[in-house]
Amino acid sequence: MTFWERNQLKLAPFLFLAPAIFIFLVYVIYPIFDSIWVSFHEWNGMDKDGVRGTGKPNWEFVGFKNYITLFTDDDEFYVSLFNNIKWLVFSLLAIPIGLALALFVNQKILGIRYIKSLFYFPFVINAVVIGVIFTWFYNPKYGALAYVLSFFGLDPIPFLADENLATYGIIIASFFPGIAYTMILYITGLTGVSREMIEAGRIDGASGFTMLWHVVLPQLRAATLIAIVVTLVGALRAFDLIAVMTAGGPWGSSEVLAYKMYQEALFNYRMGYGAAIATILFLIMDIYIAWFLYRLFKNERSEK
Amino acid sequence: MKKLLTLVILFTSTIASAGTLVINSNQSGESSMAGFNSYVEAFKAAHPEVTVVVNEFEHEAYKTAIRNFLTAESPDVAIWFAGNRMKFFVDQNLFMDVSDVWDDAGLNDLMASTKGSLTVDGKQYGVPWGYYQWGVYYRKDLFDQLGLNVPRDWDEFKWVCAMLKKNGITPITIGTKFLWTAGGWFDYLNLRINGYQFHMDLTAGKVSYEDPRLDAVFDHWRELIDPGYFLEDHASFSWQDAQAPQINGEAAMYLIGNFYVPTFEAAGIGDQMDFFQFPTIYEGVGVAEDAPTDTMHIPAGAKNVEDAKKFLAFMSNAGAAGEWAKIAGMLSPNKNAPKPENRFSIMGAKMLAAADDIAQFWDRDSNPDMASAAMEGFQEFMVKPDREDKIRARLEKERARIHGAL
Repeated sequence: MTFWERNQLKLAPFLFLAPAIFIFLVYVIYPIFDSIWVSFHEWNGMDKDGVRGTGKPNWEFVGFKNYITLFTDDDEFYVSLFNNIKWLVFSLLAIPIGLALALFVNQKILGIRYIKSLFYFPFVINAVVIGVIFTWFYNPKYGALAYVLSFFGLDPIPFLADENLATYGIIIASFFPGIAYTMILYITGLTGVSREMIEAGRIDGASGFTMLWHVVLPQLRAATLIAIVVTLVGALRAFDLIAVMTAGGPWGSSEVLAYKMYQEALFNYRMGYGAAIATILFLIMDIYIAWFLYRLFKNERSEK
Repeated sequence: MKKLLTLVILFTSTIASAGTLVINSNQSGESSMAGFNSYVEAFKAAHPEVTVVVNEFEHEAYKTAIRNFLTAESPDVAIWFAGNRMKFFVDQNLFMDVSDVWDDAGLNDLMASTKGSLTVDGKQYGVPWGYYQWGVYYRKDLFDQLGLNVPRDWDEFKWVCAMLKKNGITPITIGTKFLWTAGGWFDYLNLRINGYQFHMDLTAGKVSYEDPRLDAVFDHWRELIDPGYFLEDHASFSWQDAQAPQINGEAAMYLIGNFYVPTFEAAGIGDQMDFFQFPTIYEGVGVAEDAPTDTMHIPAGAKNVEDAKKFLAFMSNAGAAGEWAKIAGMLSPNKNAPKPENRFSIMGAKMLAAADDIAQFWDRDSNPDMASAAMEGFQEFMVKPDREDKIRARLEKERARIHGAL
């Protein structure tokens, strides 16, 4: 027997995994460590050996200076962080709405398939297009919202031009695809709900909300988990809608960490500072994902 | 990695052997591209020995791409902008000194008016190909209806605003969503109040944003903000969105660049529109105008420097230079170029020729991160003028971080 024949079974999985692992290492793992390294420097993105107009080198090790500036001397960082929290909290609203819609379309009525696909449609549309549509919708002069408000004799609300409302305006726009996505998750979940249990619940006198809460929802736990993860990760990654709808404005009040990172690194030529923001965002996501996976495994174990 | 890079450079240098001129261009708009192509064709006809290769980039994407290609794989000629945007690359030693082209092709005389914006420490690092004016584009029909004349000074300007407002017309339209339009207002107020030299010192980071000389700028600005002369909710609108009220006849004036002309002409209000120079505020302050200049440069890593210099020197050809600017809707910096035919370009050319000084524009004169922080502050001031002190303190902090303590 040759070496290959003896070890084929053991080696084959690694060989199959090798290309994926290689790509993962080069395009995910290496950039993570590289940007953490960059975050300890002041760098304008130019030749690392070069010198700036002010006489400072392009690439200079500054230790934790970027982080210290972020936390102690950058009000916009806290605005962004706080906006990220708003996103995390309020984007979760998409889940109950998606569930309600799923329950609504999960009926045997003629033509319900078409209605389902209509509700799913927003998820297929590109985020940039959604952003543009909602920008028009909010337009305080010619937008649909202003028109509806004027119908009730109200003044237009300049959602995207108001520092206190802009973020909420964008989050509402993000519901448009978000609700569609959670709805589809729940529709698939609902097909797996056991009919026997519902019958049994009915015999025990459950109906309406009690039935939903005690019988149906526990069986939808898998769908709910995925919905929460996807929505929260989506909230932390929020970027495209912000770029299209407000460009972070007015005066930076709707920026989130991801947008601020882009702004600092690519527009202001502060690569190191941008990398520091990226690292913080990475840590926030990391803590959250670790906690989440821990919960998931713990639950699975207790079920067994 | 280094090996691979040298390999790539070796490879490209063999293709780009003598006689091939590689140009990276951001002239992606329809008329801009047509204008640029006419110049390239004229150059080819005059220099048949040179093979020209043009790499076309989308205008916005070019702004980030240029940093990569100047360091990694330089073309022989790159299109770019004058002022601080150019200086950034000059400081990085990425643009070549082309003072000899200015001397040999007689550009010092032909392009005297724009020379300053291409000069760093007495040397020229590029050649301009076009520029355009800023000013107030207004609805003449609305002015006529109300019997208003073009305002020449600040009091007249405020009076015109008040009359328009009284008659239910928004005096000034503006969309500050992408910030730079607010930079235009700051530029003009500061240029008219404190003059060109102070403005340049400020953009260079040599003056504090809390300097008392800037008080007057914000005070004058406030005289327009407090009575509500600017379009309401302007932070929701892009500069294009802000055209609509003027095209619909709901707003009268717009401080903007000459690139606005094709839009309102296409919207069918070309005949109702007219142009005036930003009014004088203080007598005795030299007249300076914003006239952003677009330029050509030879990257430090260019392989075919000889032909690249020919391409830049060809701007001394008044016919070819004029044609490029004309098709692209700009003014030619070459003083012998044929006179523009569009009404607004003619007014612009006349106004700029009489100007004492030419500024580039807020975000072209300032350092990029200072520019965006400041314009955000201007936008905030235009909506919340009571925060003036807080905004100026914040900008000063940013200035100190970028340019160092004064």
